[in-house]
Amino acid sequence: MNHEEVVDFIHDEAWMLDEGQYHEWLDLWLPDAVYWMPLNWNQQDPVNETSLMHEDNFMLRLRIERLHGARTFSQKPKSRCHHVLNRPRVLELTEDSAKVVTKMHYVETRLDDQFLLALTVTHDLKATPEGIRIAGKRVDILNCDAAFGNIQLLP
Amino acid sequence: MTDALDDRIDALIRPQQVHRDVYTSPEVYRLEMKHLFPNVWVYVGHDSQTPNKGDYITAQIGDQPLLMVRHSDDQIHVLYNRCPHKGTKIVIDRAGNTGKFFRCPYHAWSFKTDGCLLAIPLKKGYEGTGLEDTEAAKGMAAVGAMHNYRGFVFARLAPEGIGFEEFFGEALSSLDNMVDRSPQGRLSVVGTPLRYLHKCNWKMLVENQTDTCHPMVAHESSAGTAVRIWEEMDKPEGTPKPPAMEIIAPFMSPYEFFENMGIRTWPNGHGHTGVHHSIHSDYSAIPGYFEAMVETYGEDRAREILGENRHNTVYFPNIMIKGPIQQLRNFIPLAADRTLVESWIFRLEGAPDELTARTAMYNRMINAPTSMVGHDDLEMYERAQEGLMADGLEWVNIQRLYEDGEDFGEEAVLNGTTERQMRNQFDAWKRFMLGGAA
Repeated sequence: MNHEEVVDFIHDEAWMLDEGQYHEWLDLWLPDAVYWMPLNWNQQDPVNETSLMHEDNFMLRLRIERLHGARTFSQKPKSRCHHVLNRPRVLELTEDSAKVVTKMHYVETRLDDQFLLALTVTHDLKATPEGIRIAGKRVDILNCDAAFGNIQLLP
Repeated sequence: MTDALDDRIDALIRPQQVHRDVYTSPEVYRLEMKHLFPNVWVYVGHDSQTPNKGDYITAQIGDQPLLMVRHSDDQIHVLYNRCPHKGTKIVIDRAGNTGKFFRCPYHAWSFKTDGCLLAIPLKKGYEGTGLEDTEAAKGMAAVGAMHNYRGFVFARLAPEGIGFEEFFGEALSSLDNMVDRSPQGRLSVVGTPLRYLHKCNWKMLVENQTDTCHPMVAHESSAGTAVRIWEEMDKPEGTPKPPAMEIIAPFMSPYEFFENMGIRTWPNGHGHTGVHHSIHSDYSAIPGYFEAMVETYGEDRAREILGENRHNTVYFPNIMIKGPIQQLRNFIPLAADRTLVESWIFRLEGAPDELTARTAMYNRMINAPTSMVGHDDLEMYERAQEGLMADGLEWVNIQRLYEDGEDFGEEAVLNGTTERQMRNQFDAWKRFMLGGAA
């Protein structure tokens, strides 16, 4: 993969989340990849202390299916989200893998409530015959230790 | 409290229903801060959060700013977090170490870590002014009473009132079970808590802890969907269930399961679900843990400790613990319609790390602001907080399996879907709001 493909991929992934194209989005993930959202700034250990999210493929699938459920009361009405991306910094790049870090502003809204999160998103990417795929994603929220109400979609 | 207010509080609580003002009225909330929280024993923190001399944490009881600190003699002290001079909070970080003394950042008055006044700069300015007769000269004020129960620190703000043992009584058996699950008889806090903000009254959250008729309804979207995905998955015979199935799927258990699990209530508003079994009963065994327990306690006692699978134990007024997975949730009131929930996890000292990983997993799956289970709970509380404003109907029903002449002064074990524990909480609420244990 090359630099331009990597940068396009990062933008496309965020676009899918904003458009609610969740099944296509899940197809971007390798089966054993994990979505990690730490609870603490510079958190090192994802599983032996509390994280906000540490989700394998089953959990991500559950999250997506739930969003479409007939009795998903916290999504009646549905939330919407919006990512604004800074220029991705490609930290490592080989023919078949990349590590990329991107600053984003994430807005989520439902009814009269809207909130903004400042994110630092780190992607581990792998090249496959089907195209670029996510091998791991870490989402650090700037105020990760603050008290939040519901964060219902995927920052 | 004046007689008129007494009558008002009394009128809010009936045997089978409570008036919506207990959830919505800012005036009732102010009375809770003034009369309820100061007169009962409220959780402050765990002593593993302050392992070394000079270590402190900030905390609160009701609306009162506190700090908990380990003094030079290794004793824990709970002090009001307020400089006796001008009122400045002495520390504002959630945890830290102050060394041998606290020093106010405003005018540098300093205090020993038991609160005693140590020094005032340019002290000659107070000579002959009678400072020694003032509250300020006494240093940082301590709470009325504190008690460290096997590492769990509770305090009563009021100098006089019900004793610790009398207030909790047999309810301490749930804390005992949680601590006994450590082969060393000791827990320690792991990391920082999840902090989840709810736009609802704190009591709704406490009541929900023993509400066994909501999981299969409110959580169908997460637990029901998890079960469906698992069943539909194309998988080889014998594929182990993913952790999400072990943690989330039991929320979908039928009514019968919750009826049979049982509820126990104790005097003074305490109680627990899961007398006979619970959603935590069928977690898979973790290699090496049972052996470590047998080593400490012998096989019979180890089986007895691990055979208790209490679900949620409510310690009135505002915490819940889960013994089998070492969690504590603190429902911190911020306003009549605002509550901060802190969800803490503990390590069982001497037990395998996998147990810590499991409690961390449960915490993020169920208690986080990003939790699919939490989302639907919060939705219900906030809808209730708004719906309660409806003037056509001002009472909230708590009469499931109500029996005439219920005596909350007696321990009772009942059908797991009873709302007796909610009635028990309001019985204690009314008594302590009206100023007494009697």
